[in-house]
Amino acid sequence: MIPASFDYERASSLDEALSLLAQGGEDARPLAGGHSLLPLMRLRLARPSLLVDIGGLEELRGVRSDGDSVVIGALTTHHEVAGASELTGGSGLLATVAEGIGDPQVRHRGTLGGSVAHADPASDLPAALLALDAEVTLAGRDGERSVAAADFFVGPFMSAAADGEIVTGVRVPKREGWGSAYRKFQRRAQDWAIVGVAAVVNWTEDGIAGAVIGLTNMGGTPLRAPGVEAALAGASEKAQILAAASKVSELETPPADENASSEYRLHLAQVLIARAVAEAAGCPGMQRD
Amino acid sequence: MATAEKYVGGGVPRKEDPKLLTGQGQFLEGLTLPGMLHAALVRSPHGSARINSVDVSAAAAAEGVVAALSGADLADEWAAGLPMAWPVTDDIRIPDHWPVAQDVVRYVGDAVAVVVATSRNAALDAAELVEVDYEVLEAVVDVEAALADGAPRVHESFDDNKSYTWALTNGDVDAAFAKADVVVAERYTQPRLIPNAMEPRAVVAQSVPSTGDFTVWSTTQIPHVAKVLFALTLGIPEGQIRVIAPPDVGGGFGSKLNVYAEEALCIALARRLGKPVKWVAGRSEGYLATIHGRDQVQEIEIAATSDGKILGYRVHILAAMGAYLQLVAPGVPLLGAFLYCGCYGGEAYHFECTGVFTNTTPTDAYRGAGRPEATYAIERVIDALAREVGVDAAEIRRRNFLPAGDMVQSPGGLAFDSADYEPALDRALELLDYDGFRSDQAERRAGGGRRQTGVGFSSYVEICGLAPSQVLASLKYGAGGWDAATVRMLPTGKAEVVTGSSPHGQGHVTSWSQIAADALGIPYEDVTVLHGDTHVAPHGMNTYGSRSLAVAGVAVHNACGRVVDKARGLAAHLLEVAPEDLEYEAGTFSVKGVPDRTKSMPELAFAAWTAHSLPEDSEPGLEASCVYDPPNFTFPFGTHVAVVEVDTETGAVDLVRYIAVDDCGPVINPVIVDGQVHGGVAQGIAAALYEEATYAEDGTLETASMVNYLVPSAAEFPSFETDRTVTPSTSNPMGVKGIGEAGTIGSAPAVINAIVDALSHLGVTDVPMPASPERVWRAIRAAQGGEE
Repeated sequence: MIPASFDYERASSLDEALSLLAQGGEDARPLAGGHSLLPLMRLRLARPSLLVDIGGLEELRGVRSDGDSVVIGALTTHHEVAGASELTGGSGLLATVAEGIGDPQVRHRGTLGGSVAHADPASDLPAALLALDAEVTLAGRDGERSVAAADFFVGPFMSAAADGEIVTGVRVPKREGWGSAYRKFQRRAQDWAIVGVAAVVNWTEDGIAGAVIGLTNMGGTPLRAPGVEAALAGASEKAQILAAASKVSELETPPADENASSEYRLHLAQVLIARAVAEAAGCPGMQRD
Repeated sequence: MATAEKYVGGGVPRKEDPKLLTGQGQFLEGLTLPGMLHAALVRSPHGSARINSVDVSAAAAAEGVVAALSGADLADEWAAGLPMAWPVTDDIRIPDHWPVAQDVVRYVGDAVAVVVATSRNAALDAAELVEVDYEVLEAVVDVEAALADGAPRVHESFDDNKSYTWALTNGDVDAAFAKADVVVAERYTQPRLIPNAMEPRAVVAQSVPSTGDFTVWSTTQIPHVAKVLFALTLGIPEGQIRVIAPPDVGGGFGSKLNVYAEEALCIALARRLGKPVKWVAGRSEGYLATIHGRDQVQEIEIAATSDGKILGYRVHILAAMGAYLQLVAPGVPLLGAFLYCGCYGGEAYHFECTGVFTNTTPTDAYRGAGRPEATYAIERVIDALAREVGVDAAEIRRRNFLPAGDMVQSPGGLAFDSADYEPALDRALELLDYDGFRSDQAERRAGGGRRQTGVGFSSYVEICGLAPSQVLASLKYGAGGWDAATVRMLPTGKAEVVTGSSPHGQGHVTSWSQIAADALGIPYEDVTVLHGDTHVAPHGMNTYGSRSLAVAGVAVHNACGRVVDKARGLAAHLLEVAPEDLEYEAGTFSVKGVPDRTKSMPELAFAAWTAHSLPEDSEPGLEASCVYDPPNFTFPFGTHVAVVEVDTETGAVDLVRYIAVDDCGPVINPVIVDGQVHGGVAQGIAAALYEEATYAEDGTLETASMVNYLVPSAAEFPSFETDRTVTPSTSNPMGVKGIGEAGTIGSAPAVINAIVDALSHLGVTDVPMPASPERVWRAIRAAQGGEE
């Protein structure tokens, strides 16, 4: 329960952080809120040689509106995301999701960028970013680049970020006029999701004009459910939503662990998709509970 | 001793809380001694393996390391193996249990080497450098698999994995079953549980080489018992060992009712190295190396008439002992052995238990110890009987309750001190609004919605006040059941209470202060309670099994009475009257008929200290002791009610109400009693819905941290509704019974019964513990003809 020994540097600028990481080599890791990395270090499952503390880089903190998008700095805490008034329309999903992460202590220390960089398939934010077609911005010694969320998460705890790159933030389309919901199923309030479903829905008088589904912990990365999304188009009744939700079975078999078998996980996803879509649609006739 | 009770029964704030809430608690982790060294253990990653070699050379050469030792290096330190004090049968198999394994490791976590260094970090780092060559053997982790033919043997020296079989029969069981209209047979499993005290275990041992004296600080519930056992294990004269449980021990729940490898090891290392040695468990290390609880398979059959009157009971259980026998592990099922008939009647009773070795962390007493398991079985099976004969779940209990009275004979063989079970059930039903609940349930069922509701009852009786020493002898328990107190008036009129109980969260300092303050007629702020140090409190049997109030608390009460008796003689002497001419009330003696001629306790305390004028044959000082050995156990009881909502689509269970009506006799402090009920209920609900330690086939503990061993938080519970009935015990002069474990004992079956009730219209009759959403979902699916 005590980490193996490591060196520690506190960066005073992004450039300094990047050069410290470069000097530290492949075992150097950036440290933000520490809520993913430090537990692994305490179990000695992670043994970085150098931690570069980027927690003081104010330029990476904050939420701002930029036209049709919202830009959120990597060091913005979950608590700050949960309260961000800039997150309107479908992008309000991020605030909903952030509000349900961990407990108040976690939400006040844990950061959006840290959660994204950690790429835990059981984390809530990645699926929400995927459902919102967000872009992840990265800084490296060669400059900045953007990667679509769909390309960023490449496997369990693996992302498209290269060694020495730092996640600087995300850019999220607002999707004005769309509704959203996140249904997270867990045993205890502070647990990771057994299954989480993010739904972003454009509800019109004619029913669902567009729907995006992001799934947490249904595979090695956050997943979209294209079959479900296609089947939701034009749906206007509960029965149609239920039928569309069943298309989640077209995805690859989800993982099994001590909390849920694959079969149960798939069943949960189906139930939660129907509930999330109904809630996101915001139409009384669609509500199921 | 006629006194007006000023403090007893009142909710005075706990004396312990200000320091705990403001960070002034004195926990063992904070103890540092000059020159102190730190130990880190190397533990087996295998469930079963032969140790071919242990190479400590790299660790020994690491920076800061003072010693690195294997089990073989330490073999000469032990005068005996780790103690087991409850050999329940004459033919019980008791394996050698060395603090550090010497040739074979038998569970993941079994110690194989120790590294001692100048800092904890250095010790932990160097422990990773110890190289152990193992020959991995086949492990067995399940009690039934362990008893199968050809199962891998945990101890090669025994023919199979059975440790003992203990049986009890009362009456003609076969005859009772032969004449029954109905027989209900059920099988339940008690998941293995991991105790989670807030404070992990820790120990510091210090030796004085020139005198051979040792001081051992340990996060223990049993400093006095441990002192005896340390002497035996290490071959140190008992008089040269002082054991101190720190002023604050952060919870135990039975997990600190033991003598552990690390305690013996730190003493041995202190002796060997001549310096203080400290060990502090990490949380996950504790999951491997601190005892676990439960892990039983139960088969229970009850025979009854067609109107649901129980005639007889047959119970067979398999109880996991783990890889070795810890201090009282074989006896844990015996604490439940007499309770598989609960608070119900009947003609005949048979109980049989087999203790089984498996390649797992040893089990032992965990909050309730045997009684939660027994209560679960009887309270589940009586619901099954209710369904079978078509009688309401509350009514079936009422029909079978033992009659109210003192010393009521139970089919299990015990005489219950003060039985009166219906009022608690009635009160619980009233708080619930049972009729209102059933109509809401009927409406929901008719509506066919996904959220269905259910209610579950548990009318329990349990055993506290351990124990009459002669009864313990008949159960082959290796110690007595008495406890001790000394009460001493100080010259300034304050009082000092020395207790043999060893509190670790129970609030003894507050409760003992209330008892003494009322008896002595002084403010409760003026009472100091000393405990937990064998040099300060020379006698004690310590704290476990909800025994402290009913044994040690009664000893305090009796010792106070003796102080008042002595004070009466002194008062009579000073007032120049006969002792019988004095009246005593609230700390003041007054001459009958002359109320202004008085002597107060503080005046008498000062007079006894100065000793200027004492009665003939009287000694200076005003103090008295009592060693109290109770004549009988106490048997608290009550009815608990759980109300759940079950999401029939996902299987998620939402506990919406929890009602506990307990009868622990007269209450010393209602705030403390409510706290014990709340905590106990939370632990029982945790077992019903969340917690389960599981092992992979190779002996790996899968639930090795709080990430997947699901200890619930406050967010998972509703506000508990508590109430009480008060039926004084006849087992002691205070009428008190004990309340430390009742919540845990009563709660799990209430919750599971509620889930089954919510789903009974769908055909569900059982959901295993813990009732995870997937298990509930599968139970619904199976009941409706699908796959389980």
